[in-house]
Amino acid sequence: MSVESRPTGHAPDDPHAPEDRHAPDDPHRPDGPRALSDLGVDFCGLRLAHPVINASGTFDLVAAAAAFGEDALRAGFPFAAFVSKTITLAPRAGNPPPRLWEAPAGLINSIGLPNKGLDGYLAEELPALTRLLADTQGAGRPAPLITNVMGSTGEEIATLLAACDERPEIAALELNVSCPNVKTGLDIGADPRALREVLCEVRPATAKPLIVKLTPNTADVAACARAAEEGGADAVSLINTLRALALAPGTGAAWLGGRTGGLSGPAIRAVALAQVAAVAGAISIPIVGMGGVQNATHARDLLDAGAGLVAVGTESFRDPAVGARIARELRGAPAAAVA
Amino acid sequence: MALAPFGRRRVGVLGNDELGAYRVLRVADDGPAPAAGQFAMLAAVERWGGEQDERPHLARAFSYARWREREAHFLLEDVGPGTRRLGELRAGEELWLLGPLGSAFAPPAEGRRALLVGGGVGIAPLAIWQDALCAGETHDPRGAHDSPNKHDPLGAGDRHGAPLAPALLGFRDAARAQGAGLLSAVQVATDDGSVGHAGLVTELLADELDSDAHATVYACGPAPMLEAVRALCAKRAVPAQLALEAGMACGFGACHGCVVPRRGGGYLRVCLDGPVIDAAELDHVDAHAGAPA
Repeated sequence: MSVESRPTGHAPDDPHAPEDRHAPDDPHRPDGPRALSDLGVDFCGLRLAHPVINASGTFDLVAAAAAFGEDALRAGFPFAAFVSKTITLAPRAGNPPPRLWEAPAGLINSIGLPNKGLDGYLAEELPALTRLLADTQGAGRPAPLITNVMGSTGEEIATLLAACDERPEIAALELNVSCPNVKTGLDIGADPRALREVLCEVRPATAKPLIVKLTPNTADVAACARAAEEGGADAVSLINTLRALALAPGTGAAWLGGRTGGLSGPAIRAVALAQVAAVAGAISIPIVGMGGVQNATHARDLLDAGAGLVAVGTESFRDPAVGARIARELRGAPAAAVA
Repeated sequence: MALAPFGRRRVGVLGNDELGAYRVLRVADDGPAPAAGQFAMLAAVERWGGEQDERPHLARAFSYARWREREAHFLLEDVGPGTRRLGELRAGEELWLLGPLGSAFAPPAEGRRALLVGGGVGIAPLAIWQDALCAGETHDPRGAHDSPNKHDPLGAGDRHGAPLAPALLGFRDAARAQGAGLLSAVQVATDDGSVGHAGLVTELLADELDSDAHATVYACGPAPMLEAVRALCAKRAVPAQLALEAGMACGFGACHGCVVPRRGGGYLRVCLDGPVIDAAELDHVDAHAGAPA
């Protein structure tokens, strides 16, 4: 089945879609004079041009500028806000290769969060990102920068948040809680009680909006989302990749250098939809929904399930400009579906 | 070196011609001309997915094998669901293409001759590089712009009668050795001895360097061959530029999936720092890469 065809809903270029007889600014429109092209979203106090952002670690702005040129990247900038890769306190080289395995309708990765560490990020990468994000939203406006951080203890996380809090170039923070607790070995984000505790500890470290990136590798994602809300999160984002394993053909041994990896892509879209819907029913803070989004129909599904923003990840690997196409397609969508 | 337009573009297939065990996929491309060594990410517009194990899903990386008048050529070998699907494409069908991406071959150092060493389907970027070297599109250390070789056709000799950019190409068997037809001034080696020298292409390289070590080596092929080239050139202090292959998810530095260890620590991204990497940057060429094919 083509990803474009669905039993319900119409692609924006579908000739069979019901014709909209009302001009976007027509005051007689059923939903009033609201412009269809106005997809502006208020998210935790950030005014975004549309609801499409990137998933952390799936779009390297500095690399993209080298591959496509800064001007072309700015002109076609695909996201309304930009989420950095995960930053840790100490630099990380990442996992030994191989790091990729193509799965049925998806990808298993074991990249290992390579990054320059907090100091390197603040000194080198942040100025570069700030420069590249300038004037990406038209009329001289930058895309807000959301910095994603991860630590293995409350103290580490608080240090990361506090350091980022001092930088005005950073609009918001996203906390990756798919990190093993150094004491228990369990992912901090997989255990609601541990998650609430650590958030209560680190929340005072920043006044910036704090998004908690939930892990799907847990028994009860709604309970984890409630714990995040109770711990002081301003929003949650989900889903992160699903833990997955690939075996090297004929050997029975793990293919990936990091042994296990994270599954992403269309393969996880239905799981993402279920988890976003479950979380939406459990909390009152905003949700960034992601998982296998390839087009506006998939994005609308997540928005309908309760997400306020949608993030694109693996699909950007197939087409770096896809975020812009999805935002454009959403503009052509029925207003009710994106309200 | 050319920058890729931002976003993949839809291009038409002009032909898909058999070349021994390989196919040469020809596409019409209005994008920028690639520099030799650069690559593109390719995916069929129709039926990309739903093959063996519901693959392929990601686009596949291919070096440009040739570029003429807005016609790009890519060399295919059927080694998995992605390459198989691309091999099925016929004139009139369409591809998604993102490129040109990555680094390019740099001209030989002053006074050195270019020596091309390829293995299997890895001969592709050497063909476009030989085109560039022989057309004088790049710096010619032996005569710069007034060189009489500048407009020599492919494979023509220089003023001493030696080929301008000779190619040493290794293949598994005779069917694959037909791929050598992409290049000129070729010496072939085959594993099974059916064509040319029976043995390794690096044995031909050792002989060439014995006769004249004043060369810059350009190599592309399977990792064990590249490692042998790297080791041989390092031992003889011959500069070498290696075009690496790796499974990639994106091709533009986003996923950090295609890395190889860098000499002195850390990793290089084959897509962004490469695919053409100075051999001096590597301690070893590992045979890790592989999927997705």
